[in-house]
Amino acid sequence: MENITLSFKDVSVAYNADKLAVIHISADIQKNSITSIMGPSGCGKSTLLRAVNRMHELYPNIQITGSIELNGRDILSMNPIEVRRLAGMVFQCPNPFPTMSIYDNVLSGYALNGIKIQRSERDQIVETCLHNVGLWDEVKDNLNKRGSFLSGGQQQRLCIARALALRPDILLMDEPTSALDPIATSRIEDLLVELKKEVTIVIVTHNMGQAARISDYSMFMYLGELIEYDKTEKMFTNPSDKRTEAYLVGKFG
Amino acid sequence: MKSVTNRIFKDRLLKTGIIVLSGLSCVPLLLILGEMLLKGWKQLSWSFLTQSTPTSLEAMLAVNSGERIPGGIANGIVGTLIMVLIATAIAVPIGLLCGIYLSEHRKTRFATTVRFLTELLQGTPSIIIGIIAYLWMVVPMKTHSALAGAIALSIMMLPLIVRSTEETLYLLPASLKEAALALGSSYRSMVIKVLLPALGASMIQWDPTRPSSAVSLLIWQFYNDPNLNSMIWSASLFLLLFVLLLNITAKQISKKWRI
Amino acid sequence: MTKDKVFRTLLLGSALLIVLVCEAVFYSLTSGALPAFRSFGFFRFIGSSQWGVVDGSEHYGALPFIMGTLLTSFVALLLCIPFSLPVAFFVGEYYRNTKLASWVGGVVDLLAGIPSIVYGLWGFYAVRPFIVRIGLSQQGFGILTASVVLAIMIIPYAASLSAEFIRMVPQELKEGAYSLGATRAEVLRRIILPSSASGLVSSYILAIGRALGETMAVTMLIGNTNNLPLSLSDTGNTMASVIANQFGEADGFKLSSLIAIGLVLFLITAAINFVGHLIIKRNTL
Repeated sequence: MENITLSFKDVSVAYNADKLAVIHISADIQKNSITSIMGPSGCGKSTLLRAVNRMHELYPNIQITGSIELNGRDILSMNPIEVRRLAGMVFQCPNPFPTMSIYDNVLSGYALNGIKIQRSERDQIVETCLHNVGLWDEVKDNLNKRGSFLSGGQQQRLCIARALALRPDILLMDEPTSALDPIATSRIEDLLVELKKEVTIVIVTHNMGQAARISDYSMFMYLGELIEYDKTEKMFTNPSDKRTEAYLVGKFG
Repeated sequence: MKSVTNRIFKDRLLKTGIIVLSGLSCVPLLLILGEMLLKGWKQLSWSFLTQSTPTSLEAMLAVNSGERIPGGIANGIVGTLIMVLIATAIAVPIGLLCGIYLSEHRKTRFATTVRFLTELLQGTPSIIIGIIAYLWMVVPMKTHSALAGAIALSIMMLPLIVRSTEETLYLLPASLKEAALALGSSYRSMVIKVLLPALGASMIQWDPTRPSSAVSLLIWQFYNDPNLNSMIWSASLFLLLFVLLLNITAKQISKKWRI
Repeated sequence: MTKDKVFRTLLLGSALLIVLVCEAVFYSLTSGALPAFRSFGFFRFIGSSQWGVVDGSEHYGALPFIMGTLLTSFVALLLCIPFSLPVAFFVGEYYRNTKLASWVGGVVDLLAGIPSIVYGLWGFYAVRPFIVRIGLSQQGFGILTASVVLAIMIIPYAASLSAEFIRMVPQELKEGAYSLGATRAEVLRRIILPSSASGLVSSYILAIGRALGETMAVTMLIGNTNNLPLSLSDTGNTMASVIANQFGEADGFKLSSLIAIGLVLFLITAAINFVGHLIIKRNTL
């Protein structure tokens, strides 16, 4: 049980009363692993991921049923602002805060949550987090510059650092490399493999190669349902469902 | 570390404050409408709109014998109409042409200057345009006239027309312009046939307070003449309702015509 | 000449006409103001607070009116911010794209459409007695009364402009902040406000530009005296209201002085609007 970070129990998400985006999903996410969620667009993979971070609550009319447990706590009954601190999120497009310096971007989670920390501790956090995402050597002389001057890949790594700074239990990534070039993508992939020692990672991707390269476990979703969830190796070599196979050989999506 | 409940409390407090203050900001409209309705409703009638303003003496006699003041604001309404017509006839063609010019030459130095001057003209207070109309029209003609008012009004309308023309043309998809050129139509007919109908929507969104100036002037006269004082309210009520109606209609039309 | 050429000439001509109109406006104001400037000197005209016949000789100085304008506009701005900013947040963030926001936005637009004279009457018959009743002033006329009504008049303008800038803050940034556990209040303060700050500043600069030139309502409420206003309960005149009040029966030096005041007002509003638009352009290009 202690090897499980996140568990979905019969989770359904509805945009309207009659349109389910995610249908009765149950699954356990292993600790210190990378789990990728794949599927054609519109299959509900992003919706499921965003539900973990309670991002769906920013938009009205979205209903969620079932339960999601993070380290044994039911996050749907917690306050969203507490949940979001425990579950870090990285978005499709890099979104560093343009009005803040690189230094302040890393610490923005603390500032936004009104947490006061001492100067020395702040320096420590910034350095460790930027080290962790391999950005320290590139930006250490420009910490007071705006984050928006960085390249796309650097910006995305800054966003990962920003999420890591709050020491989340889990890192949720919503197609984090789809806006990046191949070189930046491969740097981020290497980084994620490094990071899984520290934090459990769930990544939504529609890049099958990426899922195969970095993830330990893979989920395949189709039309809101979880079709198959297995070790990545197993799924890519010997999928048990026909629809998974069809997707993997490129029949749809 | 601040407690979560404390932060949530602050969040709710801010939201409540924003809702309350936004609500308060809407209150003056109700107060003004209420005041005008309450005081002006009785005198507002068909004859009020179709008869012209009585002289101060007539009004005094009526008040002394306890009657309703005869007459209305027809002269103000007609004056406004004449002024708006003349001003539109002057400002619309010039404004349209200038707007088209600016949209065709977006980056040249001359166009930038013209755009800057249009902005300058738009921000110029109407009292200054009033001085200009006085210097240009009243002094040489030695009399106040609807024409002077119309000139002032057209100077105020001009920048609005130029800007909305330019903006509408700018927002128009380039494909539309190219399609018209590809069909071999000449430059002029392209602009007129393809671009102008799209302008309709924004044309109506002029500041509706400005054309009402002749009625405003009449109210000013009532306000300064103790005998005519009681006509203020119905005249204001009429002006207010007219302007609000124009405003709402403009919104509906622009919603329908939006491309 | 082909039809196309005629049309192109017309386009250029109309653009030239705008330039010409502006030059003519400036020229007329300057030449009208020249006698006043020549006899009093530009800086003495601006810096003197004498207005009228003193010791048998005419002397006109614009300082009381410049002061009156700046004071009323500034107080109106201070009174306007605590209402227009919440409206902007209401329409541009909290209830954006909802029916409620379009209703509130609609009401605010209607407020913007009310003619100045109606605001003046309402101020005279409703706001002024209220000011007298709460004991802020004996007659109820003065800087404060004018500023209160002026504030109500510029709230819609400032609110709809600033709502536009608040709406422009990208959703990704807000989501990024929410994902780190911020409450909406914290997102507002740390993300939305800094991101839209320059837009908000320019909105309020343009709102001041509006307030500076407002005439009718102010004329009816400010008390129309020529003294230098030093406190909120003082009566006075703004540049616009003194023109409106005294232009009708003025001639000679007085007329020239009033036109000179018009020129000064023109230059001040032009400068204010220029700065406002400059800030917007800097940040949208």
